[in-house]
Amino acid sequence: MSAVPADISALRSSIKPGELRVTHVSKGYGDAQLRTEVVRDCSFTLERSKLTVMIGPSGCGKSTLIRLLAGFEKPDSGSIMLNDAPVSGPARDRLVLFQESALFPWMTTWDNILYGPRARGEMSREMRDMAEFLLNKVGLQDFRKKYPTQLSGGMQRRAELARAMINNPAVMILDEPFRGLDAMTKELMWEYYSRLFEETRRTNFFVTTDIDEAIFLADRLLIMSNIPCQVRAVLEIDLPRPRTLIAMVENDRANEIKMKALSLLHEEAMKSFSRGSKAAADFVEAYSRRVARP
Amino acid sequence: MSAVADTLVRRPAKRRESFFKNPIVRAVISIAAFIAFWELASRLNWPWIGQAPAPSKVMEAWLPLLNDRGYWYSWYQSSRRVLSGFLAAMIIGIPFGLAMATSRVFHDITFPVFEILRPVPPLAWVPAAIIFWPTQELSIGFVIFLGAIFTIMLNVIGGARSIDVRYFQAARSMGSSNWDIFRRIVLPGVLPSIIVGCEVGIGITWNVVVAAEMISGGGGAIQSSAGGGLGFFIWNSYIGFSYPLIVVGMISIGIAGWISSAIIRQLGILVTPWLRLR
Repeated sequence: MSAVPADISALRSSIKPGELRVTHVSKGYGDAQLRTEVVRDCSFTLERSKLTVMIGPSGCGKSTLIRLLAGFEKPDSGSIMLNDAPVSGPARDRLVLFQESALFPWMTTWDNILYGPRARGEMSREMRDMAEFLLNKVGLQDFRKKYPTQLSGGMQRRAELARAMINNPAVMILDEPFRGLDAMTKELMWEYYSRLFEETRRTNFFVTTDIDEAIFLADRLLIMSNIPCQVRAVLEIDLPRPRTLIAMVENDRANEIKMKALSLLHEEAMKSFSRGSKAAADFVEAYSRRVARP
Repeated sequence: MSAVADTLVRRPAKRRESFFKNPIVRAVISIAAFIAFWELASRLNWPWIGQAPAPSKVMEAWLPLLNDRGYWYSWYQSSRRVLSGFLAAMIIGIPFGLAMATSRVFHDITFPVFEILRPVPPLAWVPAAIIFWPTQELSIGFVIFLGAIFTIMLNVIGGARSIDVRYFQAARSMGSSNWDIFRRIVLPGVLPSIIVGCEVGIGITWNVVVAAEMISGGGGAIQSSAGGGLGFFIWNSYIGFSYPLIVVGMISIGIAGWISSAIIRQLGILVTPWLRLR
């Protein structure tokens, strides 16, 4: 593939990064006494062209929040606004990369990348060029005719990044995308993904449970409390870009931020640990009351 | 020197091992052992299994049939019936199953009837089939159709239900319409289950071919009474006390079923390249 008409400037000029504002959002599941509020009165903003990372203990309702942002579910109360327009239902302006690959197994890498344009009837010469460019960008030019099962875990993630990017979302949402990759691949993906972000400066929302990953990638770090899911603290990660693994290890500021984030996370974890047992007790009590009623 | 000696000694042993690893060799051994056991049991007149005609007797009855047009006509008749009943089951069962899997309302309305009809064995349908349908062939085709359709439908429903919800979410986010999702997500997603359903389904059509062809009075015979299909061939041999021929019919159906399943399996592999290439 010597001549690739589309280039990074074409990609960059087509990006219209969005600002996503979450205000007083609540979401719960179950009826009456058995109701659990997973997200309560949660507010935060994904600033334009920033990479915001959300970190919190597992099971704190991060995935629920993502489903709300993507529009797969509706909040019980509160509002989610993208560029001051309310979010309603799934749309191409907010694309999600799921925890495990959601590449369509029956399509080749090429067909997967072009899924969105084909679905919307937007196929054109330019779109094919952009697909070609993205394919090269994610280093899968030799794997265009392969099916997802023929790709390694890291390749699958990169193919998925390309599949999302061709739709030019205003916000990219990534739900623990590098979970399950081996340590080496994972760290390479951090570098790769952060370079991609630096080049495109799209608004990105990245959810993780890994503190090193969070600090490596983030412009802003949201530290979440356990159920109900709320923002406990916001740290501005003022580390220089471009970031590399080696530079990060040697950076004292990075370690300082890590210590601060860890102590906040530890506090949250301890709180949820003790609260968890109370929640369980409440559940058992409520349940036995329901059963005992004649 | 000992290393050389070692390789000299070990090589033939290795070759024998790899020879035995060949699945075709294993299959031949398995079938040969089964036939030998059966022959022995029959000659020694062992209880129960000794009642069956020995393989040598079966071969004696079978060999002349290989030149008999009626016998091959039976193959043709049964294959034709199985194929048409099976195709009808696919043409009706796949869309019906897809509709049941994608529409809650349609599912809730049709599923109870489906579940009541499903356990009724095809044999029980024979008298009704004779009454319902104007021609014998239609009655036979109908019984065969019933044998396959429920399995095909169940597999389609189950397959469509097990498609990962994230595929739908991703497709929806990227702007897919309902029709686009159906065409590019549901259909390919359910295809492996359709193939499994068809593979099992065509096996069942051969299972019910005897029951179905009991309807046939040997119709379409050209030279011998054997022209009514392989199922009828067995039934007729039983009535005529020619026990080796019963076994010939049984083995013929077994081979026919095996070939049909193998063909479906190969077609399935062809249309689902993403499952083959790993």
